[in-house]
Amino acid sequence: MNKIISIEHLSENVVKLSIEAPRIARKRKAGHFVIVKIGEKGERIPLTISSSDPEKGTITLVVQRVGVTSHKISNLHVGDSVTDVVGPLGLTTHVEKFGTVLCAGGGVGTAPLLPIVEAMHKAGNRVITVLAARNKELIILEEEIGEFSDEVVIMTDDGSYGRQGLVTHGMEEIIQREKVDFAVVIGPAIMMKFSSMLTKKYNIPTVASLNAIMVDGTGMCGACRVSVGGATKFVCVDGPEFDAHEVNFDELLTRLGGFRDEEFKAYQIFLETLKKEVT
Amino acid sequence: MENMVEHLARERSMEWREALRKSIKAKDRTSLERVAMPEADPAERAKSHVEVNQGLSVQMAVEESRRCLDCPDPTCIQGCPVSINIPKFIKYIEKKDFAGAARSLKETNALPAVCGRVCPQEIQCEASCFYTLKLKAPPVAIGHLERFAADWERKSGKMFIPEVAPANGIKVAVVGSGPSGLAVAGDLVRLGYAITVFEALHEPGGVLKYGIPEFRLPNEIVDVEINNLKKMGVEFLTNFVVGKTATIQELKAEGYQAFFAGSGAGLPNFMHIPGENANGIMSSNEYLTRVNLMNAAHDDYDTPVLLGKNVAVIGGGNTAMDSVRTAKRLGAERAMIIYRRTLAEMPARNEEIKHAQEEGIEFLNLNNPVEYFADKNGRVNRIRLQKMELGEPDASGRKKPIPIEGSEYELEADLVIVSVGVSPNPLIPQSIPGLKVSRWGTIVVDEKEMQSSVPELFAGGDIVRGGATVILAMGDGRHAAAGIDRYLQKKNRSAS
Ligand SMILES: Cc1cc2nc3c(=O)[nH]c(=O)nc-3n(C[C@H](O)[C@H](O)[C@H](O)COP(=O)(O)OP(=O)(O)OC[C@H]3O[C@@H](n4cnc5c(N)ncnc54)[C@H](O)[C@@H]3O)c2cc1C
Ligand SMILES: Cc1cc2nc3c(=O)[nH]c(=O)nc-3n(C[C@H](O)[C@H](O)[C@H](O)COP(=O)(O)OP(=O)(O)OC[C@H]3O[C@@H](n4cnc5c(N)ncnc54)[C@H](O)[C@@H]3O)c2cc1C
Ligand code: SF4
Ligand code: SF4
Ligand code: FES
Repeated sequence: MNKIISIEHLSENVVKLSIEAPRIARKRKAGHFVIVKIGEKGERIPLTISSSDPEKGTITLVVQRVGVTSHKISNLHVGDSVTDVVGPLGLTTHVEKFGTVLCAGGGVGTAPLLPIVEAMHKAGNRVITVLAARNKELIILEEEIGEFSDEVVIMTDDGSYGRQGLVTHGMEEIIQREKVDFAVVIGPAIMMKFSSMLTKKYNIPTVASLNAIMVDGTGMCGACRVSVGGATKFVCVDGPEFDAHEVNFDELLTRLGGFRDEEFKAYQIFLETLKKEVT
Repeated sequence: MENMVEHLARERSMEWREALRKSIKAKDRTSLERVAMPEADPAERAKSHVEVNQGLSVQMAVEESRRCLDCPDPTCIQGCPVSINIPKFIKYIEKKDFAGAARSLKETNALPAVCGRVCPQEIQCEASCFYTLKLKAPPVAIGHLERFAADWERKSGKMFIPEVAPANGIKVAVVGSGPSGLAVAGDLVRLGYAITVFEALHEPGGVLKYGIPEFRLPNEIVDVEINNLKKMGVEFLTNFVVGKTATIQELKAEGYQAFFAGSGAGLPNFMHIPGENANGIMSSNEYLTRVNLMNAAHDDYDTPVLLGKNVAVIGGGNTAMDSVRTAKRLGAERAMIIYRRTLAEMPARNEEIKHAQEEGIEFLNLNNPVEYFADKNGRVNRIRLQKMELGEPDASGRKKPIPIEGSEYELEADLVIVSVGVSPNPLIPQSIPGLKVSRWGTIVVDEKEMQSSVPELFAGGDIVRGGATVILAMGDGRHAAAGIDRYLQKKNRSAS
């Protein structure tokens, strides 16, 4: 049982919560994630450790509401507990002094990006971050990202905040303006696909953090498999970060939809039960 | 010290055993027929998760126990990897002292209710029974009787909890809560050690929980055994991945003086053929974990599982059989085994194959998938299969399957479970510098003590054998517990 210490709603659909997990807080590094489960009958879902406080023994997660489990998380309160938390899982981000690092975060992808931005900054890189979302409301963690970035560029689809346009527009302007040595892209699979096509055009080595569907997170089931450079890899133990130019994003996109009908049905049932509880 | 043969002879010569032996003539015993295990009706059980083997009644068990001749040279014991004193527990059943039978099982086997259900008895104890060897008749139903005694004890509500020696304050860490880990924990806690079992998943039990389905081994039975270990003082820490949450080195710094790695062979193999990453194609580990551990088939649990109309399971082992029978229970119209050899070479237990056949599972033997195709949503819809023929025996002694050129054809399938074996889980080996591992990724240990190249680390079960059986894993656990005890006694003696 891991107690919730604080909870903050960053936007209508995004919550940030810090929970007790002393061992994980001590061990975790940029790139690590945890698997959480809510309730006896809950599902196991992966979430990136956005930051941690080893002294207090807490880790911070940022969760976007997309289905049953993330909805249940967004309904939790301070003092409640998360039934199961296991980690830190996955391999850590490869951090070194590259020179100038371009980081791009789409939507809730900003949460897993944050620890990488921090680590890249602390390794002495010049860090430029592009945050992109559909609208102002969905831009999250701007302040925290700003703390470790030399420059932050905000892009919204509707122009309600920052500049209007897609993440790739913001990225390309920077690439044309100055020499970029390395890039990190995290967000929805489609965003990572187009961002990595862009950096490939400019020959900039790039990693992407893949959000495959997972069950155990320890290499036991193969639910999280993706094709990288033509070989099958397990995101939970071989990743979650991979050479973005080698990832088969189309396959990842298809696989993310692997349980869509079942998830959609479950979410509708869940929302119905919520309504009933309210009335 | 008394050796094994003397020990057995002394027990056999006890008065009650002699009296029982004399009470029925050997000839009358051998003329009795083997009692059949009552089974749930195939048509009914293929729609539910009830246990297929329903267990012997008291009368049936006593009747079957009478067949056992209480042989002077009980060859059956040599067939059991943990050398259970088989005639002794069976004679307790004949005497109707069922608690005594259960207790004598526990002398050597910590999980008799499990082994009685899932041991491949037909190639172990029962293969070496006098009836099989000398009379060419059906063996004594050792497995069914073992299960009976263990179930009787559990249902009696008075489970025998072995005595625990006074605490010695020495901490030992067990990594993994499968049968090997549970066996180590049980033996060492009895000797007074402070045992913590670390488990990566949110529930203890290993393959017994997440792999083997309810219709063969109800989870409740595993839970009872785990609770008994808890009562004896074993601490279970779930959601703890050793090598990630803390390394062996870090646990050593926290005071653990010895380690047992029983982390299993949980890395599923795929065939790496075109189209294998389509949706609706998954490993048996994923499929069975979703259904068994996560209860995905129940509406009130959150984890989803895919249902299929035409389900193809690739492989011929226990895991394949469990997957295909699960698919049938979840409503598949066609549930098919696709295996590249024939029934005769199938590694699954005979009983499982028979049960599967009764439940209407189709066997497409001498077939091998070469490619998968998907619909516009990326979900598998067809398999391209190639026919095979058997050639000369290969290194494993089984006839080698050879593809027949030009025999390819297509089969409709909307769910494919790949069940072509597992490899050792690399998490532990990778996280320990200097640990000797084999070419296959298994941890190398000396066979007697189960000690690895890192002196404080012992290992057993599938991480050492690369995919074996429950009873072999438990046997390893018992040897490792003895090895750990000797190692720690020696170490602490030289320290003081
Ligand atoms: C390594 C890793 C780190 C992650 N970190 C974060 C994080 O920090 N914050 C966060 O909000 N999310 C993160 N995710 C994604 C998160 O795991 C999913 O959003 C979550 O599983 C959805 O569960 P659900 O029950 O709420 O929705 P579901 O009902 O399972 O799904 C609802 C919808 O979301 C889609 N979906 C399902 N699983 C995923 C997935 N893994 N990624 C993207 N879409 C998915 C489905 O196709 C469906 O349309 C991460 C994923 C991975 C693999
Ligand atoms: C579907 C299926 C059916 C089977 N049927 C039979 C049968 O009928 N009869 C039979 O005899 N055998 C059967 N087997 C084989 C048998 O189950 C295994 O040989 C046996 O379970 C191996 O035991 P183990 O102790 O080595 O590990 P496992 O049972 O594999 O357990 C290992 C445990 O360690 C945990 N773990 C792994 N890494 C870590 C880590 N780093 N930190 C913490 N925990 C970790 C895992 O989560 C797991 O719980 C079957 C196997 C499967 C998969
Ligand atoms: S443990 Fe297995 S092999 Fe040994 S007697 Fe029991 S069923 Fe037979
Ligand atoms: S060999 Fe068969 S008959 Fe003889 S003691 Fe063993 S089980 Fe009984
Ligand atoms: S989540 Fe099961 S292997 Fe990666």
